[in-house]
Amino acid sequence: MQHFWDKSLSWGTAGIFVAAAIGVLAVVIFFVTYAIYFERKFIGWMQYRKGPNRTGPLGLLQTVADVSKLLLKEDTIPKKADRGLFILAPALAFIPSFAVLAFIPYTLNLQFADLNVGFLYYIALSGITTIAIVVAGWASNNKYSLLGGMRSAAQMISYEVPLVMSVVGVVMMSGSLNLRDIVISQEGYFWHWNFLPQILGFGIFLIAAVSELNRTPFDLPEAESELVAGYHVEYSGFRFAFFMLTEYIYVYAIASLTTILFLGGWNSPIPALDFVPGLIWFFLKFAVIVFCLFWIRATFPRLRVDQLMGLAWKALLPLAILNIFLTAIGIEWIG
Amino acid sequence: MIRTEELLLNVGPQHPSTHGVFRIIVKLDGEVITEATPVMGYLHRGTEKLAENLNFTQIIPYTDRMDYVSAMTNNYVLCHAVEKMMGLEIPERAEFLRLIVMEMQRIASHLVWWGTYLLDIGAISPFLYAFSDRERILGLFNELCGARLTYNYMRVGGVKWDAPEGWIDRVKTLVKDMYNRLDEYHNLVSGNEIFLSRIKGVGQYDAETAINYGLSGANLRCTGVQWDLRKAEPYSLYDRFQFDVPVGKNGDCFDRYQIRMAEIEQSLRILDQALEQFPGDGETMGKVPRVIRPPAGEIYVRIESPRGEIGCHIVSKGKAEPYRLKFRRPSFVNLQILPKLLVGENMTNLVTILGGIDIVLGEVDC
Repeated sequence: MQHFWDKSLSWGTAGIFVAAAIGVLAVVIFFVTYAIYFERKFIGWMQYRKGPNRTGPLGLLQTVADVSKLLLKEDTIPKKADRGLFILAPALAFIPSFAVLAFIPYTLNLQFADLNVGFLYYIALSGITTIAIVVAGWASNNKYSLLGGMRSAAQMISYEVPLVMSVVGVVMMSGSLNLRDIVISQEGYFWHWNFLPQILGFGIFLIAAVSELNRTPFDLPEAESELVAGYHVEYSGFRFAFFMLTEYIYVYAIASLTTILFLGGWNSPIPALDFVPGLIWFFLKFAVIVFCLFWIRATFPRLRVDQLMGLAWKALLPLAILNIFLTAIGIEWIG
Repeated sequence: MIRTEELLLNVGPQHPSTHGVFRIIVKLDGEVITEATPVMGYLHRGTEKLAENLNFTQIIPYTDRMDYVSAMTNNYVLCHAVEKMMGLEIPERAEFLRLIVMEMQRIASHLVWWGTYLLDIGAISPFLYAFSDRERILGLFNELCGARLTYNYMRVGGVKWDAPEGWIDRVKTLVKDMYNRLDEYHNLVSGNEIFLSRIKGVGQYDAETAINYGLSGANLRCTGVQWDLRKAEPYSLYDRFQFDVPVGKNGDCFDRYQIRMAEIEQSLRILDQALEQFPGDGETMGKVPRVIRPPAGEIYVRIESPRGEIGCHIVSKGKAEPYRLKFRRPSFVNLQILPKLLVGENMTNLVTILGGIDIVLGEVDC
């Protein structure tokens, strides 16, 4: 896509961009559909259940059916809700989640936009979703929503700090914020990849990422057992679907980001497997990360609010800063 | 100018963590609870009043619906009270069957608690694990009396049905499997760092408070008081078997968790011995008059249900119906400490503490 950026804007280039954007959207929607399916299947297997198996062959159309149901549902807006904000919030949550996908380099050449500050772009845009969640919590005019929104704001702000800090090590090693350059700097096999020298950063990144995704064990904003459903308790139909979609697109984004930052992107792990195309390697690594997220959900209980904050500020942040120091020392001494 | 105010939050009666139709009105300062008012009675069916117009056999199904997670012990407390009043002899085989189903029920009940408690804390898998085991127990009950939840199994003077062919062997297999499953549960959950940090030191009280509030069961034993009616005032055949009464020392949710898990193990021990000594044949129904008319007088009988001391107070005027029937329901009594425990805790701990008490709303509201 890169050479299109350099051309002047015309109907032709604009058309190609629109087509490419629709293509990405289709890929993402497909991913979300089957991520939900596999999440339910995996968790089902882990819990002695079968998971969805009725709609379509092997239950493959379950998510499609669920989404159709949500589309057909009556769209309710509570009487005392802040109407404008209530309608705005799902869109506000979804747009940045989709926009962050633009910069992900799947292979050396397959990338929508090659941004010099790719990682910062991700952080900046994903922050907007936090606002959407707070807005949703506030606009619903429901006490549970409000509590969920408040928690969400506190949590996301707290965990963005260690998330960014944990990546600083990677950025120092590759000397760039450009995600494509970060992968290129890991050129080679698995011992060249960042997750080995940056093992501390990798761990912190994963924990902070799970928290950013609001998934178990950090799913406090929508903690079912205490807040019923948190910020989207009043949402139904397709507005609710948008929140779900946003959540799963972030799963997609975080899994891609982990692959790029720590697992060598499209590089193959050992020389013998070089013949496998880079896109497949990217997808495999991506799938492993996504699977781990499902696995964690089936295994862990939820943290408490105060423990959550304690973990971010007292454990993850100091460790992330320590990681930056260690990386600096490593670069200085070993080169 | 920034103004802060307390938030009045209505938790329940329709809420995923109140385990039924229980309602708490909490005043929140941020997320910290400053005042909690429990409201109960949404499931009140007037069992005690209804019983005044029913004969004793007819009351038994009503007791099933009190603590519907542990219907066998409810059956027993009523039958036991009437039998004691009338001085009836119970055949040994019947008494063994009663004891076996009660201990199985205790395991099933604690499994429900374990699963739902972890669900409250946010772990979804243990719930399904626990229910798959409970399912086996319910299946065995189904074979025995044709019902999975409301058994109506015991009668004044014995039990309604004898164990079907091979039932005892199936219970033996179950007990053997349960030991392994229990180990697996401990592996999965009991050492989990997040879980421990959620329940350690939460909802703490001392022995004196517990006794003053009239708590019983695991809620009392977690403070270190060794009080289990199976040991303290043996009923049924409990004096024949070897088992321990697990106690805690800190009186927090973690101790209550430990005790309930240990109780499953002790129940398995009792079952092991009871199944070994189970008499090969014999009557399942003692000599009981056609119409059960306890002599005029009063009696209070108490036994250890999975939730604590369940008592049955009968006032009889020598008729076939009780003049007055009163159940001491452990869930109801244990729940009374809740407002005291909640003050100063946050919303998340509300769920942890309420779940730790282990209430069944059918029993609270009766």
